[in-house]
Formats: sequence, structure tokens, C-alpha cells
Amino acid sequence: MYVAVKGGEQAIARSLELLAEARRGDTAVPELELAQIRGQLRLGVARVMQEGSLYDEELAALAIRQAAGDMLEAIFLLRAYRTTLPRFGYTLPLDTTAMRVRRRVSGTFKDIPGGQVLGPTYDYTQRLLDFDAAVAAEVAPADVPLPSDMPRVLDLLDAEALIERIEPGSDPEPVDLTREPLMFPADRATRLQNLSRGDEGFLLGMAYSTQRGYAESHPFAGEIRMGEVDVRICPEELGFAIEIGSIVLTECQMINQFHGGNGVPPQFTRGYGLTMGEGERKAMAMALVDRALRCDELAEPNHAPAQNQEFVLSHSDSVEASGFVQHLKLPHYVDFQAELSLLRTLAAQHATDAEEQPLSAAGGQRS
Amino acid sequence: MTYNFAFLDEDTKRMLRRALLKAVAIPGYQVPFGSREMPLPYGWGTGGIQVTAALLGPDDVLKVIDQGADDTTNAVNIRRFFHRVAGVATTEHTAEATLIQTRHRIPETSLREDQILVFQVPEPEPLRTLEPREAETRTLHALADYGLMHVKLYEDIAQYGHIATSYDYPVLVDGRFLTSPSPIPKFDNPKLDRSPALMLFGAGREKRLYAIPPYTSVESLAFDDHPFEIQRWEQQCELCGSGESYLDEVVVDDRGTRMFVCSDTDFCSGHRMEAQA
Amino acid sequence: MSALLQVRGLGRRYGQRIGCEDVSFDLHPGELLCIVGESGSGKSTLLNTVAAQQAPSSGSVRYRQRGGGWLELGALGEADRRRLAREEWGFVTQNPRDGLRLNVSAGANVAERLMALGMRNYSQLRGIARGWLERVEIDPARIDDAPTSFSGGMQQRLQIARTLVTQPRLVFMDEPTAGLDVSVQARILDLLRRLVNELGLAAVMVTHDLAVARLLAARTLVMQGGRVVETGLTDQILDDPQHPYTQLLVSSVLTT
Repeated sequence: MYVAVKGGEQAIARSLELLAEARRGDTAVPELELAQIRGQLRLGVARVMQEGSLYDEELAALAIRQAAGDMLEAIFLLRAYRTTLPRFGYTLPLDTTAMRVRRRVSGTFKDIPGGQVLGPTYDYTQRLLDFDAAVAAEVAPADVPLPSDMPRVLDLLDAEALIERIEPGSDPEPVDLTREPLMFPADRATRLQNLSRGDEGFLLGMAYSTQRGYAESHPFAGEIRMGEVDVRICPEELGFAIEIGSIVLTECQMINQFHGGNGVPPQFTRGYGLTMGEGERKAMAMALVDRALRCDELAEPNHAPAQNQEFVLSHSDSVEASGFVQHLKLPHYVDFQAELSLLRTLAAQHATDAEEQPLSAAGGQRS
Repeated sequence: MTYNFAFLDEDTKRMLRRALLKAVAIPGYQVPFGSREMPLPYGWGTGGIQVTAALLGPDDVLKVIDQGADDTTNAVNIRRFFHRVAGVATTEHTAEATLIQTRHRIPETSLREDQILVFQVPEPEPLRTLEPREAETRTLHALADYGLMHVKLYEDIAQYGHIATSYDYPVLVDGRFLTSPSPIPKFDNPKLDRSPALMLFGAGREKRLYAIPPYTSVESLAFDDHPFEIQRWEQQCELCGSGESYLDEVVVDDRGTRMFVCSDTDFCSGHRMEAQA
Repeated sequence: MSALLQVRGLGRRYGQRIGCEDVSFDLHPGELLCIVGESGSGKSTLLNTVAAQQAPSSGSVRYRQRGGGWLELGALGEADRRRLAREEWGFVTQNPRDGLRLNVSAGANVAERLMALGMRNYSQLRGIARGWLERVEIDPARIDDAPTSFSGGMQQRLQIARTLVTQPRLVFMDEPTAGLDVSVQARILDLLRRLVNELGLAAVMVTHDLAVARLLAARTLVMQGGRVVETGLTDQILDDPQHPYTQLLVSSVLTT
């Protein structure tokens, strides 16, 4: 006799055992240590920190190991952990002009004060698989130390009033998207926050589409810089700012052509991208999408997917997208049954209709 | 490390309770809330879990069902989660539960005033498939401008001869807000109308909460000459013999033989015990 | 008789650019007024501003409600604006695809406004929809067909049926026959003339075509560079244009 399916609890327990075994792999090979992941997979760690919205290399490394290298799963683990952390306060705005720069390039000027600094980049590696990578590289010391002060490239244009000016301090206090729901229309600070947490692959595709005619933004990479920035907070009980540490950031400022409109004269406009850790591709994609999303403010035609803020912001988050796409594997017996019943009714009706038609045709022959 | 009772910190619970109070005060209105990232994936019940976590007290008795059954894996997993982070008593019996979290069904056993039903909602906006823009659907709700929904129902009848919506069938709550009852089969819609139990709906990914307070009128949309109807089966449950419950169709062999059994496993076993007694 | 619509000193600017400026006119119940001008003359801007689809930069538009009271449209909230658009007004767009719901049947398109007003009887909705399809010369048997399967002229007639089904007090039309073949145009103009008479419609219609104004409108308003250069009885304007621009327009029609 048929018995309703039972044993879900046991099945889950067995599945967890299998997962643990598969994750660990061959026990003859040593377990990955977190220091190895932190030290040798630093770009993966950076992505998990950035999209997980939590700057902690150790926890990100732990999440990557627990997720067996599935970055989206690792990001999800970090996000779920982050929810439980108490909120002590908010930092003061970070000052990226005071960044201790390790890389800084501009696509708009051949030479810039402070110079072009390649730093550690994959850009010119020629992408040949390196079978001797185990041999440690030796770094020659720099001939000249990097200057401590590196002016922003965009400030040079600003002095000529050729680029839109964004007054410091004119920004409204941003909402915290991890505490408040995203509402539309969303202001720029909210949009940037969403993009910054957004999935790199999604942003990359969106940014790419703006370069292929789905929104026209004519971008130039004004400046990309990566390095350490101090983090400061101003505790209420102290009344003055204190430094609590430093983090690595990648910042991208795009310069985009603008023909003028909405009362604004022709000038260059800005797109902005920022990520925690080394995340140049993401920062650049973010800057392009940020600029595309400013179309309404600049009275530009709004017709491309990357310009549609509801489309972009509602679908950028990998944790949301991954959860909802994958929820389809949950049972839907009840709804499927409802659809089955409906379809049977419709099919029966269709059959009846089909039978009636030949009858009337036969009647026509008799007359 | 240890987590707070029912996982969420007390500040978050307070935020949720405020949103729930607002939801109860405006039946059917979707209240935006600061949905948290939960240790279960979005789309798997994070809205329902947050509502449950905000309501759960140490004396509560929790029941979790998915597709009407207590033993489907997602129901088991959510029950396991609350047992782990809150240590509350759990039950499979509808009558014993003070709080029931559900996905896709309303129990067959009538609910009471001292019970709360928490629904997991994937898409809270009933107009979403007709109008994708959030800013616009909010305006339509504000103005109670629901002609669009009837266009859809009209079109169903014109094309199929019936209203071809079999689950997540739109309702008008308290004569004011067009509301999604979550993807329950329309069979369950009549149970929403003037229910003695409080009904709460949580959509975690979409960051919305809404409520149907006890004894609130819930009308399933229809036309005067095409009234709302629920699913009926020629079969009865082959396990308990019930002729009035929602049935699951089960394929029992590779020749396509089917049998029909109650989707509500607790109702089915209770019915069988009654028959034996 | 008291006016239905009163426009005074109406202007709309886009930054420094003038859309329309200092326009005044009255529209009476049962009257069809044509706004004539070349493209870029500001006639569509004027129409959209009068119909409260965009806010005026200066001046005022007043609308007399069913109860007789005046409503200042510039001060209207979104809720009232939408209620008016739904219950008392109609808008026919140049491209029928902008005014139709293309993913539902012709019948649903006609019935939508009735359902928005609360009609909940399916057979009755079907009956009225069939009647209106017939009225705009579309075979009622096509009630369940998608508008995308209709020709451009049929789509425009469907849009007219969809707009007029609730018997609005005031209709705005933006070049309803532009972009159609001449023979198709003639049929729609004929239809509009008949419906306007039968229903006693008040309407404001924008057109670049003086022949359209001659056929439909008792009064015409000629625009150039965002301003009204001449206004009066249509026949008078066409037979004895006073303003040089109007003279040019009229002569260009006569010579072609």
C-alpha cells in the first residue's frame, strides 16, 4: 500500500554527511589552511568580502573553503553571518585622495602628476599557463618611492570647469540598504550602494551592453586607483574622530561625454565605482552602470536595460537571484496539481469543441 | 558562538513587529521592511522565517508545512532551524500549534482565534506580471486602480472560457487592497475570508509584509456571471476517504497509474484515526 | 452656454526653449477645436499641457466638472488627475500602439475602461465591446483577436472605440490620422465626424493637416513657434487667412 513520503529529516542528515565528505575530498591531501586562501587566493577573498559586504579576510577565506570555492555560496555565507553582527556605528566618509596608492592608471592623460603606476596587475601577463609558478618571485625595489600625495585626475578637469562639479557635503545622508528596503525611484547614493553589493558578472554584462549601443555614454577611464585607505569613526562619547584601521579599496572614476540638456551645459560627467579589496573589473563595470543610471537626471533618452533602475537594481544581487532561481527545485506539487486540473478541464473542453464542429459540417451536407 | 533567541537580534525583531502592526492596521497593504539576510536562501521562505522569528516566544508550539505536509524537506529544514535557534516545541498537529508557518497551503482543519498562520510569499505584488514597474504598481494600489487585474480575468474567459488562474488567485482584502494570497491553490481562498486566525504574509526577497487580520472580508475576484469557483475532484483520498480535502496526485508505477491522497498530511492521518475509532 | 475648458495664458518651457507660450482659448460642450501648425510649432506640447499630462510653466487650465464646479488642473493631485483621465476624459494617440494594450484581445481593450469604472458582468462587457467594434467598423467576430493582427487603420479605430466606450465628456486627439494611407485616413475622419455628432463630444484635436480641420472643426487655432498666430471659425480662417503664416499654410495646401 502507498504510504505518504516520510523521512525528510533523515534524508537531510545523510545529505549533509555526503556534502562534508565531498568538500574535504581526498584526506591524504592536507586540508587547505585559511592563511593559504587569504595569501594565495586574495582576489577571490576580495570578491567575497565586497559582495558579502563584510571586510574580514579571515572570515571570507573560511567561507570560500566551506563553500568549496563556490563564490556565490561563500558570499551568501558571509551575508548570513553579517546579519547577526551588532551595529556599533557608521564610519566617517572614506577619503580616497589620501589613499596609499599601490596601483593608479588613467586612460585620459599620457602623464599625470604622481605618474601612472601599474602595480600588481594581470593586464600584461600574456596569459600563458605558468607551469613553474611554485618558484617564488623576487621583487626589485622601486627606484623612486611613490609620492605620498596623488591628486585625482578628475580634479585637473574640474579646475577648468570642464567636468560636472559635485559639491562636497551636498549629498544627503545615505540609507543603509542592509537595514532599509530598496524603494523606487532610488537616489544615486542608494543606487551606488546596491551596485557595490551587486554581482560582478551581472554588472559586467550590463556595463558591456552600454558600450555596444544599449545606452550611449562614451566613457573614458579617467582614473583607477587601488591602495589602502584609513577608516575613521567618530564615537558620540568622544566627540572626535579616531582611526580604527585601514582597508584596501579599488576606485574607478569614469569620464563620460555629455551634450548638455536639462539646463546643464555640455561638459564631461562622471560615473563612479568602488569596491573593497582589489576589484578593478567590478569597479569599472560599476562606474559605467552608475553613469547609465543617471539618464533621467541628465534628461537623456531612457531606453536601454542598463538605464532602467528598476531593472538593474532589482536584479543585481546574487544572493537574491540565486535563491529565487534555485527555489524552483523546492516542491511545487500543490500548484502543479492546480495547473494539471485546469489543463485537463481546458483539454476536455477543447475536445468537445472539436467534436461539435464536424457535426455541424455533416448537417450542412444533408441540407 | 551562540545566536540570539530565534536567531534575529531584538532590534530587528522590534522593527519587524512594528511593520507587522502596520500591516494589521491596513489589511492587505504591502509594508516595505528592512528584510535581513537569513541563513536560508531567498525564495525558500526567508520572509516567513523572519515573521516567525519576530513572533516566536518560548511557550509557542510551532508547526511548519510545505505543500500541506510536515515532512517535506524544506518544512523539515525550517523546523530544524527554529528548534536549533529557539528551542521551541514543535508539532505536526494543526490543532496543537500556536504558530503555523506554511508554504502553498492553508491547513484543512479550521483555525482558531489563538492561532497565527504565517505564509511564505515569493511575489507579493499581484499586479507584477501585468505591470513590472514597482513605482507604478504602488501608485495603482494607492488609487485602488485595479481595472488592469480585471482585464487579465476578462482575457482568461475570452481565451479559455474560464478564469485560468488556479493558484495565487488574486483577492480584494477588506474591500480595499488587491492582494496576493501567496501561491496557495484557489481551493484555499475561501478559508481566508473572515478567518478567526490572524494571517501574516512575509516576502523576504521582495522586502514586503502584509496581513489579513481576524474576521476580515477577503473576496476572490470574479465576474457576476463567472463567479469564483474552487477545484473539485471526482476522486476521494485513497488513504482516508475524505471527499472535501485538496488532493495530491501521486504516480505509483511506471505505467502511469495514479492515486489521489490528501495534500494535508496531518488532516489525512487524523481522518484515518477517526475512521478506525 | 458655459465653457467646459478654459485656457488662459498657458506656457510650457523646456529649460530655455519655449514649447508653447501665452495660449488662451475656451472649449464649449459639443465643440471640436483643431490646433493646426507645422511640426515643432508647439501644438503637441500645448495638447499635453492642456490634458494635464505635463505641468504648465505659466498660465492656467480650468475644467468644469460634472457638478458644475471649476477644477484648476495645475493644482490637481495625481489621484484626481488619473480619476479624470479614467472617468471623464479620453486621449487618442497618434500611434495606436501607444494607446492600446497590445498583449490582450480587442475586446479586452474596449472593455478595460468599463471595468476600471466597476462593471463586473462579463456578458454585458462583451455585448458593449461588440457594439463598439461594430460602431467603428470592425467585424465583431474579431473581438478575441489580438490588436497586433489588425491593420494600422483598424488599430486606430480600435483605439477610438476603447477611448469613447465610457462616453467621456472631453477627448484629446494627437494627429489621429497621421501616418495612415490617404484612403484609410478618409474613413477614420468620416467615422470621427459621425461619432462626434452622435455623442455630442467636446474634443481638442492636434493636426498638421488643414483639410482635417476643415472637415471636423468649427473653430481652429493656428500655431507658429509656440504661439497662437490666428484663431477663429475654421471656414473663415481657410477662406480668408489674416496672418501671413496662415496665408502660407493655406496656399501650400491649395497648390498641392
